[in-house]
Amino acid sequence: MGERRVGYIGKIGEYEKRVFSVILQYSDVMVNIKVLTQQEKSRRKALVEGYVVPDTTRCVQCGICSFNCPINIDVRRHAWLGEPVKDSHCLTCGQCVLRCPRGVLSFEKTHLFKPR
Amino acid sequence: VILRRYVIVGSGAAGIAAIEAIRSQDSRGEISLVAEDQHGYYSRPGLAYLLSKEIPESQLFPFSKQDFKYLQVQWVNAQAVNILPDTHQLGLNDGRLLQYDRLLIATGSKAARVAIPGIELEGSVKLDDLNDVQGIIKLARHGKKAVVVGGGITALEIVEGLCSRGVKVHYFLREDRYWSAVLDESESHVVEERLREEGVEIHYHTEMVEVLGNRGRVVGVRTKKNEVIPCDIVAVAIGVRPRIELAVSTGLKTDRGILVDEHMLTSSEDIFAAGDVGQVLNPHTGKTVLDTLWSPARYQGQYAGLNMSGQIIEFSKQIPYNVTRLAGLTTTIIGSVGGGGRDPDMVGIARGDSESWRDATGVVDRSLIATQSEFDVNRLRLMMGEKKLMGAFLMGDQTLSKLIQQLIIHEADITPIREQLLKPDRPLPDIITNFYNQWQAQNAG
Repeated sequence: MGERRVGYIGKIGEYEKRVFSVILQYSDVMVNIKVLTQQEKSRRKALVEGYVVPDTTRCVQCGICSFNCPINIDVRRHAWLGEPVKDSHCLTCGQCVLRCPRGVLSFEKTHLFKPR
Repeated sequence: VILRRYVIVGSGAAGIAAIEAIRSQDSRGEISLVAEDQHGYYSRPGLAYLLSKEIPESQLFPFSKQDFKYLQVQWVNAQAVNILPDTHQLGLNDGRLLQYDRLLIATGSKAARVAIPGIELEGSVKLDDLNDVQGIIKLARHGKKAVVVGGGITALEIVEGLCSRGVKVHYFLREDRYWSAVLDESESHVVEERLREEGVEIHYHTEMVEVLGNRGRVVGVRTKKNEVIPCDIVAVAIGVRPRIELAVSTGLKTDRGILVDEHMLTSSEDIFAAGDVGQVLNPHTGKTVLDTLWSPARYQGQYAGLNMSGQIIEFSKQIPYNVTRLAGLTTTIIGSVGGGGRDPDMVGIARGDSESWRDATGVVDRSLIATQSEFDVNRLRLMMGEKKLMGAFLMGDQTLSKLIQQLIIHEADITPIREQLLKPDRPLPDIITNFYNQWQAQNAG
């Protein structure tokens, strides 16, 4: 603490350098935040625009998907009927897609939000 | 109006698919489902995940009571014992006779048993149905050591299920590798290595000749080399046999399964068969084959149901494929993949198996890639015919599995990339992805 005080009372140049370096660091952080928000944005965009689509021929109705759905959507039923999970309140969290042992489920784009 | 009476024997995928198909055409006919299994309709492949503790038992049942109510099915919990084709009746083990206009035999298959002394002791198990799994789970609660004998997917499901329940597993193989009829040598060894990492002790060139017991319970096994391995659980998975007894006693034409025509009709009028019991024509080779897979069972059931309800619709066998886990590795098997071995661990077809996988008719070349990328094991084996892909085996990374599956099923002409595929050190995934995109673009138009 003491040294720093001496620093900016005594040597203005040092203080300015320090301020600049802080600004520089901060701008690095800003860039990182920007990148992160962009990534998050594209991730969320992908999720919002996507929906879970089953490949019925791979499904053996084991129910791991439905069991792991955080909001209890019967994903297995969709897979039996060959219907995409698009009606419900699906969070597109991807739990079912990841946990299916047979690669039945995948994300596909809905094209709901595409400008015509 | 006379209502048609449908009787379905068997509550598996084929039976349920048939009922749905019948209902889609005939909303008023009477449907009776004769189910021997008191648990009704559940996912048999899901049993492996119940055993490995990935899902609870209640999760195995895809249909609710409401679903069956909607389908208007009469459940009959009994065993079908004989068919009287002349009077169109089905005899049940409780003495009842069910009248039918159309009958479907979808009795599935059951584990082949080994005839060795002591196999009937308590602690000796198989994996066929929910009762078996409940039994294994109960035994694993107190069991410390198990011996597993056999091959195919089921044997591994038992091995891994027991491992995840803290049981020390000894896995016996009769020769030097696992599932040699479908896997090639290095694929077998990948699986074996991973099992060892899980703590499984693999005994090669080992054959069980006797189960040893004490007061009716398993205490160990004796091998052909006269070695004794103490254990409390003995599991046998040497393959399955289609349950064709009903058809045989009725005089229907049978071979390994019940022979059916393209309408899923057996040799007798108004009697159909589908699922594991059905032996159907493989149009690609001209031979009749068995599949023990969920998807073909459902598909056959659907076609049987449609034909039973008066539609005339021809079934055409699809190229069989399965996606499964072998020692924790996602594995896709499509078309002809023949591993070259004759598999002494199996006496018949396994569960989740297809006879067509072993048939290498038309395969002239093999193209192989085994890379170490972000997956610790990554393997792709392509079986190539003169002009098209005949089969594929993918282990680990599954990015390409759907593309390759499409190329095989639609018999895409691979002449443009054939040379490339056979060159050493070629970027196989890129070649296939690019080719697939071109092929898809051409076929979209």
